[in-house]
Amino acid sequence: METTGSMILSLVIWVPIVAGLAVLAIGDRNVRIARWVALIGALAGLAVALPLWPQFDRAASGFQFIELVPWIAGEIFTVNYHLGIDGMSLLLILLNCITTVLVIVAGWEVIQQRVAQYLAAFLILSGLMNGVFCALDALLFYVFFEATLIPMFVIIGVWGGPNRVYAAVKFFLYTLMGSLLSLVALIYLFNVSNGSFSLLDFYELPLSLEAQNLIFIAFLVAFAVKVPMWPVHTWLPDAHVEAPTGGSVVLAAIMLKLGGYGFLRLSLPIVPDASEYFAGFVIALSLIAVVYIGLVALVQSDMKKLIAYSSISHMGFVTLGIFIFTPQGIEGGILQMISHGFISGALFLCVGVMYDRVHSRQIADYGGVVNKMPVFAALFMLFAMANSGLPGTSGFVGEWLVILAATKVNFWYAALAATTLIFGAAYTLWMYKRVMFGAVANPHVEQLTDIGMREAFVLVVLALAVLGIGLYPAPLGEVLHASVNEILRLAAPGRKLLIGM
Amino acid sequence: MEYITPLAPAYAEIFLLCMICVILLLDLFLADARRGITYGLTLLTLLGCFVITGFSDPGTEQYTFSGMFVGDLMANVLKLGIYIVVSIVLVYSQSYIRARDMFRGEFFALSLFAMLGMMVMVSANHLLTLYLGLELLSLSLYAMIALQRDSAVATEAAMKYFVLGAIASGMLLYGMSMLYGATGTLELTRMAEVIDSGTSNSAILVFALVFIVAGLGFKLGAVPFHMWVPDVYHGAPTAVTLLIGSAPKLAAFAFIMRILVSGLGADYLVEQWQWMLIIMAVLSLAIGNVVAIAQTNLKRMLAYSTISHMGFLLLGILSGNPEGYASAMFYVAVYVLMNLGTFGMILLLSRAGFEADNLDDFKGLNQRSPWYAAVMLMLMFSMAGAPPMVGFYAKLSVLSAVIDAGYLWLAVVAVLFSLIGAFYYLRIIKLMYFDNPVDRSPITPRTGMSWVLSLNGIAMLILGILPGGLMTLCENSIARSLMLQQ
Repeated sequence: METTGSMILSLVIWVPIVAGLAVLAIGDRNVRIARWVALIGALAGLAVALPLWPQFDRAASGFQFIELVPWIAGEIFTVNYHLGIDGMSLLLILLNCITTVLVIVAGWEVIQQRVAQYLAAFLILSGLMNGVFCALDALLFYVFFEATLIPMFVIIGVWGGPNRVYAAVKFFLYTLMGSLLSLVALIYLFNVSNGSFSLLDFYELPLSLEAQNLIFIAFLVAFAVKVPMWPVHTWLPDAHVEAPTGGSVVLAAIMLKLGGYGFLRLSLPIVPDASEYFAGFVIALSLIAVVYIGLVALVQSDMKKLIAYSSISHMGFVTLGIFIFTPQGIEGGILQMISHGFISGALFLCVGVMYDRVHSRQIADYGGVVNKMPVFAALFMLFAMANSGLPGTSGFVGEWLVILAATKVNFWYAALAATTLIFGAAYTLWMYKRVMFGAVANPHVEQLTDIGMREAFVLVVLALAVLGIGLYPAPLGEVLHASVNEILRLAAPGRKLLIGM
Repeated sequence: MEYITPLAPAYAEIFLLCMICVILLLDLFLADARRGITYGLTLLTLLGCFVITGFSDPGTEQYTFSGMFVGDLMANVLKLGIYIVVSIVLVYSQSYIRARDMFRGEFFALSLFAMLGMMVMVSANHLLTLYLGLELLSLSLYAMIALQRDSAVATEAAMKYFVLGAIASGMLLYGMSMLYGATGTLELTRMAEVIDSGTSNSAILVFALVFIVAGLGFKLGAVPFHMWVPDVYHGAPTAVTLLIGSAPKLAAFAFIMRILVSGLGADYLVEQWQWMLIIMAVLSLAIGNVVAIAQTNLKRMLAYSTISHMGFLLLGILSGNPEGYASAMFYVAVYVLMNLGTFGMILLLSRAGFEADNLDDFKGLNQRSPWYAAVMLMLMFSMAGAPPMVGFYAKLSVLSAVIDAGYLWLAVVAVLFSLIGAFYYLRIIKLMYFDNPVDRSPITPRTGMSWVLSLNGIAMLILGILPGGLMTLCENSIARSLMLQQ
C-alpha cells in the first residue's frame, strides 16, 4: 500500500456535493440554469471518476489512491479522513456516477415542482454514496452511510406518491435502527483497538469468537436492512412504490448496494470467524429471499412493487454469493450488484416512462402498449430479459457465477438458487406480456406516444451497459480478482483468533 | 492548594453585579420608546464579561474568598459559553418580547441576575456558594416566567416551578447538612480530602448522596423528578423558555461536576451515584423519548426531548472518568446550541398575538422560506443524532465513554431510545417539507436575528464536519480542572 498525493477520491466525493449546494443556491428562481448546473455537476462527477479506471492497478491487492489526513484529533477521538478504493469500490463508484447523470437527465422535464431541491438532493446523495465506497475509516464510513438517509428521506417524502410520508418515515427508521446497533459495535471496536477507527487496524485486531459473534449480529442488522434481506425487507416495496422514479432508480441501483458492500468491507474482514459461524444462517435467509420473494413478486399487480420484490430476490444472490466464501461466489455477488444496478435502474425508468404518460403503475391499466410505443417496447424487452437472467445480458453473469460457486459447496443451495431463473423469467415476462402485448386495452394506452430523444438516450445507455457486461464481463473480473482474493485472505477463519495467541 | 487573596477569579462576576445596578438605575429614567438603550447596555455588559473572562489566565486553579470560589479552565470555558448563550437568547427574544410588552428593564436585569447565579454556580467550590448561585438563578427565573402577570398559564407555570424548585432546594440543603455533619466542612475540595482520609461515616455520606442526587435530578429535569419540565416549558413565554432551556444546563453541568466529582469523587461514593444516575438516565431516555411522540405542542415536545437529552448527559457523567465528563460537557454544549436554534425558530415564526408553538405551525415551511426550513432541518437532524450533524458526535462521544466504562448494555439501551426519539424529530421535518402551509404570512425577522439564527443552523453542519475543536476544548477544560490532575 503506498500513499500517493492523489486527490481523485476527494474530488469524486466533493464535486457532486458542491454542485448540489450550488444548485440549491440557485434555487427555483431560474429552473433552466439549475437544471444545466445540475447536469454539468453530474457530468463533472463522472469525469473526475473516470480516470480511476485506467489508473487502477489491477494486480495490486491493497487499497489504492490513498488519502490520509487527520480529521478529528482529540484525546477521546482520533479520526482520520482516510480514503482508498479497491476493485469493488471502483466499480460501485462508476456505477453511482453514471446513474446520477442518468437520473438527472431522466428527471429533466418530469419534475416541475421544487426542481432545484430535487436535483440538489440527488447530487449530494451521489457524493455521499461515493464517500461510503471510499471511506477506510470506520467513523467516516458510518457518517457517510448515515448521511445518505437525509437526502433520500427528503426525496421520497417531497416528490413521492400519495402514501409517501409513511414510506419515508419507515425507510428512515428501519435503516437507522440497523445502523445504530452497528455504531455501538464500531465504538466497541474503537475501544478494543486502543483508539483507532481505521478499518485497516480493525482487520488486524484479534477478537474472541464471542465478541465477533456480537459484532457480526450488529453488522448483520445494519446491512441486512439495507440489502434488504428477508425478513427485514418490508420497507423496500413501500419506499419504491412511493418514491419518484429517480428516487427508485438510485435506491435500487446504489443504495441497496451499500448493504452488500458493508458485508464485504466490514463483516467478512473484521469478524471472519463469526461470518463463517453465521454463514449457514445468512445463506438460508438469502435462499428464502430468492425463492419466497420471487413467488411474492409473481402476484404483484403494481409494476413498481413487482420490480421492488424482484430486487429483493436478486439481492438474495448477492448475500448468497458473499457467504459462500469462494472467489467465484464473491465475484459473482459483486457482479450481480453492478448488473442489478443497471437492470433495476432501467426497469424503474421504464415504469417511470409509462407512469409519466398514464399516471398509473397498475399492470391492469395497460395492455397492447407495443402497438403505440415500439421503440420503448424493444428496450423494455431487453431489460425484462436481463432481469430474467438471459445469457448475453449482465443479469446472467452474476447469477451464473453464484450458482456455480454454490454447486461446489452444496448442491441444494444451487438448486434452490437456480429456481430464480424460472421465477424471475415468470414474473418479469408475465408482467411484460400483460403490459405490452395484446390489443390496445383502453383509451389511455391509445393516446400513448413513443419515447422522445431524452428518454431514449437514458435507456440506450443502460441497454449498452447491460449488453456490454453480459457479452464481455472480463474487464470487470480483472478489476475484481485481486480485491476479492484480498477480502478472502482477510476472511480466512481462525486468522483473528490466531493473532491473539 | 494556593489561596490567592486578590479577587481575580471573580472579576467578571463583580463587573456584572456593578453593571446590573447601573442598568437597573438607568432604566428607571428611560421612557418606553428609548428602552433600546437598556438592551444595548445589556449586550455591552455581556461583551465586557466576555473580555474579562476571555483574558483571565486559566492556567491553574485559583481560589478566592477563602476557598469558596474557584477559577479554573472549566469554569472559564463554561462562563464564556454562558455569555454567548445569553447574548443569543436576548437577540432571539427581542421581537417577541417587544410584541408582548415584556421589553422592559426587568427582563434584562433578571436575565443578568440569572446569569450571575449561573456564573457563581460554575465557579463554586463550597456548598454554600453552590446553593447561593442556584437560588439566585432559580429566583430570577421564577420572576421571569411570571413577567406576563396577566397570563394564567404563565403564572401557573411560575407557581409550579417555584414550589417544585423549593422542594428540590430543600432536598439539596438537607443532603448538604448531612454532608457537613459527616465531614465537618462545606468546602468541596476539603470535603474530598476528609472523605479520602476515611474518618467520616460512610452510611451518612451515602444517605446524603441520595438527597443530593435527587435534588440535582429535580434541577436537571431527569425522570422521576421531571414533572415540572413540560408545564414550565409550555407555560412560560417562549423567550423565557429559551433561557430556561439553554444556559442553565451549562451551569447545571458544572454544579454536578463540582459536587459529585470534586466533592464526592471517592471511589465507593462514585459506585453509589453511578447506579443512581444509571436509573435516572435510563428512565429519562425512556419517558422523554416515548412521551414526546404523543405531544402536539412543540414546546411540550421539546420539553420531553430535553428530558431525554438530560438522560444522555447523565450517561456521560456516570461513566465516572475524565473522558466521560468531557463527553458530557461536549454533549451539553451541543445540546444548548441545538435548543437555542429550535426555540429561535419558534420565536421566528411567532408574531404579535400569535404563538407558533404548535407542530402544525411548521407545516409547509419549506414553501414559505426554504432557507429557514433548511436551518430547522439541520437542527432536527442534529437533535436526532444523524450524521453529519454535530448532534451525532455528541451522542457518539457519550456512547464511547459509556462503552469504555464497561456498560455496553447501557449504550444499546440509549441507542434504541434515540431511535424512538428520531421519530418525532422526523415528524417536524415531515411537516415542513411534505405538507402544505396553513399559515402563509411572510417571515420577516430582524436582521440580527436572521443572521444569528442562520449561523446557529449552519453551526450544526460545520461543527459536524469539524467537531475536533470543540471536543478538544472540552477535554482540556475537564483535564485541567476539578483536581483531576493529581
